Amino acid sequence: MGTLVEEIFSQKAGRSVHAGEIVLLDVDYIMSHDNTTPLAIKAFEMIGKPIFDKQKIVLHFDHAYPAPNILAATNHKKIIEFAQKEDLPYLFKQGVCHQVMIEEGFVTPGAIIIGADSHSNTYGALGAFGAGLGSTEIGVAWVTGKSWFKVPETIRVELSGETQTGVYAKDVMIYIAGMLGMDGATYRSVEFGGRYIETLPMHERIVFSNMSTEIGAKCGLIAADQVTAEYLRENTPIEGPFEEIHPVSPNYERVLEIDVSTISPQLSCHPTVDNVRDLKELEGLDVNEIYIGTCTNGRYEDIEIAANLLKGQQVDSVTRVIVTPASQMIYKKAMKNGLLDILMDAGCTITGVGCGACIGRHGGILAPNERALTTMNRNFIGRMGSPLAEIYLASPATAAASALTGKITDPRNYLRQ
Amino acid sequence: MGKAWAFSENLNTDEIIPGRFNITIDPQELAKNVFCEIKPDYAPNVVVGDVIIGGQNFGCGSSREHAPIAIKGSGAKCIIAASYARIFFRNAVNIGLPILESREAAEGINEGDEIEVDLSSGKIDNMSTGESFQAQPLPPFIIKIAEAGGIINFLQTNSIEDLL
Ligand code: SF4
Repeated sequence: MGTLVEEIFSQKAGRSVHAGEIVLLDVDYIMSHDNTTPLAIKAFEMIGKPIFDKQKIVLHFDHAYPAPNILAATNHKKIIEFAQKEDLPYLFKQGVCHQVMIEEGFVTPGAIIIGADSHSNTYGALGAFGAGLGSTEIGVAWVTGKSWFKVPETIRVELSGETQTGVYAKDVMIYIAGMLGMDGATYRSVEFGGRYIETLPMHERIVFSNMSTEIGAKCGLIAADQVTAEYLRENTPIEGPFEEIHPVSPNYERVLEIDVSTISPQLSCHPTVDNVRDLKELEGLDVNEIYIGTCTNGRYEDIEIAANLLKGQQVDSVTRVIVTPASQMIYKKAMKNGLLDILMDAGCTITGVGCGACIGRHGGILAPNERALTTMNRNFIGRMGSPLAEIYLASPATAAASALTGKITDPRNYLRQ
Repeated sequence: MGKAWAFSENLNTDEIIPGRFNITIDPQELAKNVFCEIKPDYAPNVVVGDVIIGGQNFGCGSSREHAPIAIKGSGAKCIIAASYARIFFRNAVNIGLPILESREAAEGINEGDEIEVDLSSGKIDNMSTGESFQAQPLPPFIIKIAEAGGIINFLQTNSIEDLL
């Protein structure tokens, strides 16, 4: 009996566990990427014991790949040499770690996956427990196959209603971030549910779990259901059957009820994710760069929204419009279906896959006093380059509409016609 | 017994140790610059056994492990704060820096007070004012990690199951 996180942990622990308890659990997969693996290797070497199970370790190259400078190249080389020496089976360079984890079938309902990346919460969208940990703990887990967790209290976010045309999961999540604030869910599990979530396709569900990090949550969970099972069967190598773990007579710390039909397009404004305004209030503000991509909104459907909106038109002549598909799988599908042609004809720049401009190392760095409108999940000062630049977060539709004008623009102006 | 060093709410990891000093993970080296911008008299005057007092959301900001390492390297016995940022909490536990949570104690202790802390019971005595506070006792596994000097040291001689 318990909340979704209590149920998932109980299943793994083989006994009933509750909020406040400390548990030591077997983890299914241990994820790290080119930015965090080097420190994990250091911790691992200091412990001086062998790897517990090589099959659990999944390494990615996505943050700065291919290497944009010598430091990154040296780190990549170190990781490759380590993986070869330890004979590690899973080494991916196919795109953003979280997206590739899902595509390759590592994320299944009820699994416990830890990652040396704060957006490991993403896996919660498929009913898995995903959480970000420090690199030392990743090195520890390589040796032990386990990790300790304090079972968190849960905030339930109950979402009802249907969104208006032009309003997406991203808008709803930005709205929630504005309500709860950046530390509104610290230490907590956030459980997203209700009629709206139940009818939502997977690519939109992922936005909620992914951005639960932005409100401080330890994990952001959505109970697995038919949508999850079908998504996994159609898009990943795994066949199932899949577990459906649900909350059972849960005790929530707090329940937040939101009717999504009242929400209009939203923006997270410079310089914090919880600085939220209705798009209408800022319409017309100039932007220098539009960035569509990342583990939040770089999926096929996001690119499709942008392509549909930009088809046959030209983006603003001075604004950089960059589209970075989150993974090779997405890139290939978008290419095959002609979406990349549409975007290129409209004047967008398509880059290779990965995190791209999201971390300010390559692929669209901002100059001082520039302003970006992006589909990312974070807008910390300096995130995309100059600390004097501003970052605004929005849905792919808002990003595409704004690409046409070079100003923050309401996507409903284009979608209604 | 140790002296209290008091810090403000939402203390972030850059205030604990500015990013430019994070080129090393040596605790003693880091300790030389801990709190250097917000409390420059801390590093030269801190004595082993002193106690850090913080407000809510202590250690927010980047997830760098250098911050708790620097505090531990300075000789502080523990931190007492109203609450901690999630990753700072884990990092502190893993490097073996004991952290206690008590809003009452965090508010009832001033800079310079003499403090007695019992980590296993969570009892905090302010010897300067005569007030006592009760924090959640630290779970035994956190004390085991702290006694070993961090999770890495612990695992060098134990298995992870020995934690619980
Ligand atoms: S796309 Fe951005 S937020 Fe996502 S994993 Fe990469 S750097 Fe992090």
